[in-house]
Amino acid sequence: MSAPNPHARRLIRVWLTAGIMLTIALLMVVRAVNLQITEAEFLQGQGEARFLRQVAIPTVRGNILDRNGEPLAVSTPVESVWAHPGELLQAIDRLPALAALLETPADALERRLTQRATREFVWLRRRINPDLADEIRALAIPGVFFQREYRRFYPTGEVTAQILGFTNIDDVGQEGLELAYNSWLQGEPGAKRVIKDRLGRVVQNVELVRDARPGRDLQLTLDRRLQYLAFRELKTGVLDVGASSGSVVVLDVTTGEILAMVNFPSYNPNASIRAVGENMRNRAMTDVIEPGSVIKPFAVAAAMEAGLAYPEMLIDTTPGTMRVSGHTIRDIRNFGPLTVEGVLARSSNVGMVQLVLSMDARHLWGVYSRLGFGTVTGTGFPGESAGVLRDFERWRKLEQATLSYGYGLSVTPLQLVRAMAAIADDGRLRQPSFILGTDNPVISVLDPDLARDINRMLEASTLAGSTGTRAQVAGYRVGGKTGTTRKIGAGGYESRYVSSFAGFAPASRPQLAAVVVINDPTGGEFFGGAVAAPVFSRVMDAALRLSSIPPDDLDVLMAATGERP
Amino acid sequence: MTRWLLFAVLLISLMASAMGIVVLRHESRQLFGALQAAAADRDVASVEWSRLQLEQAWLAETGRVEREARERLNMQRPGQVGILVEQR
Repeated sequence: MSAPNPHARRLIRVWLTAGIMLTIALLMVVRAVNLQITEAEFLQGQGEARFLRQVAIPTVRGNILDRNGEPLAVSTPVESVWAHPGELLQAIDRLPALAALLETPADALERRLTQRATREFVWLRRRINPDLADEIRALAIPGVFFQREYRRFYPTGEVTAQILGFTNIDDVGQEGLELAYNSWLQGEPGAKRVIKDRLGRVVQNVELVRDARPGRDLQLTLDRRLQYLAFRELKTGVLDVGASSGSVVVLDVTTGEILAMVNFPSYNPNASIRAVGENMRNRAMTDVIEPGSVIKPFAVAAAMEAGLAYPEMLIDTTPGTMRVSGHTIRDIRNFGPLTVEGVLARSSNVGMVQLVLSMDARHLWGVYSRLGFGTVTGTGFPGESAGVLRDFERWRKLEQATLSYGYGLSVTPLQLVRAMAAIADDGRLRQPSFILGTDNPVISVLDPDLARDINRMLEASTLAGSTGTRAQVAGYRVGGKTGTTRKIGAGGYESRYVSSFAGFAPASRPQLAAVVVINDPTGGEFFGGAVAAPVFSRVMDAALRLSSIPPDDLDVLMAATGERP
Repeated sequence: MTRWLLFAVLLISLMASAMGIVVLRHESRQLFGALQAAAADRDVASVEWSRLQLEQAWLAETGRVEREARERLNMQRPGQVGILVEQR
């Protein structure tokens, strides 16, 4: 049995082969179990990560509309172009065509791409218009991709610039109403899980992660046409007298709605680069002025409410000057004896001081603060100023005197027009609003009869011989008061002025109230009656016409045209 | 015999449901394609709409309307005589 048995050798070979095969099979089973059971979760996740994608469902920011539904701010889709530098550089011969469309030198583009060759994402140009995007897409250059973004446009431009504010590059409100109502306007982007194929096309929706909440529209009380007309008149008014700036606010007396609010100078909110600063402020709400004579009707209201005056009461303003605590108070000339109505019509400081000094300080403070001076108007506008009305306990005699003709307190133009509207509406004060459909609670601040008396005296203040003559509107009875104040500077009061006019129309049944404030007129004229009143007249004329308010002064109209009704 | 019958019935229903799945799958793909196309159409339409809105706002801009009226159409504001007031 020395020679190996061929049968046994064959058997060994068979067993060896079988053993190897079995081992391999076993290994494969182990591996399969390992993959299928132990690592299944990890592998499944990795697999899905290669074709399952969570994508955002984009939403659009809501539009801002005027009271008639005309768009004031619209978000419109634009496209941004980006590139994968590695892929794009493969097709380097196509670069010049792309550069031409992007209006950049080809070598600069190439340099930019080579510098960033290791990255996967480079913006080529953001926010181009869709036509240009289509042209670029038509080139079909590999490695060039598009991203849908939104851009905000303001069709009314500078006319509504400070009120609406603007948004940043990510469409988030930065200023004005865009900021105040950002969460209302801004939608909430949703998310969904989808399956994408190799080319990035969505093949199947798998699940909705979060539903998108689109941005809501915001309808304002502003009237686009009136806004434009007010802006035009203000601009003319400011430029005519060489003033530095100005504001106009028009208020609906019966609802408190702000129909127009304009500031000049303004800026173009559509420009890609905005000049930062001065012109961006909504001066009508953020800037305070010493109101000057415009405050007089309210001081008279306080005196009459205290029973210390009545419209026909005579006040002797001779000799046109008066000394209070060593300080001289002057009228522009000696008016002699005047009725209370005359004091308002001629805007006599001396007459006002006499009225007010007979009054309890607390009472004057009470009337001013009931009319809303010293408190914000509650519109929620960012950066609104409350103005300053100091506590009566800290008033000295001189202060009480100057408060009667509008020095020693500061107010915003909006506060002025709100108080004027309260006088016009039988003593009912309303919270001004920007948003259509807001419920503005009414606060009764003055006795209706008293308000009507003031109303009548204010109408007299625009008649011939008074300071506010140039505020008249043909065919309408107008009430209002002029104001001229010297500006306070580093070294006390300077010879720079603020001219203002606040009033309402039609006086028989007031519907609209408006205020005009013009800063720093330099052209010789600086009295409110000469600078602000004409602007008021033109704005009010436009506002009455646009609101279809019938004339209440037909007789004058007929007399003027020589016709009988 | 009953066993064979049961088997046949099950086999047929299995085949039928398999075919059903194929058909529905195909249909769902087609519908999804249509949905995608519709969404794309909607996007195009909304782009167009916002552009039209802007264009309209630009064309109807008060300053432009006024310029056109005054300069091209030679219109003017009626004088006081031209205004009719209805009195009640």
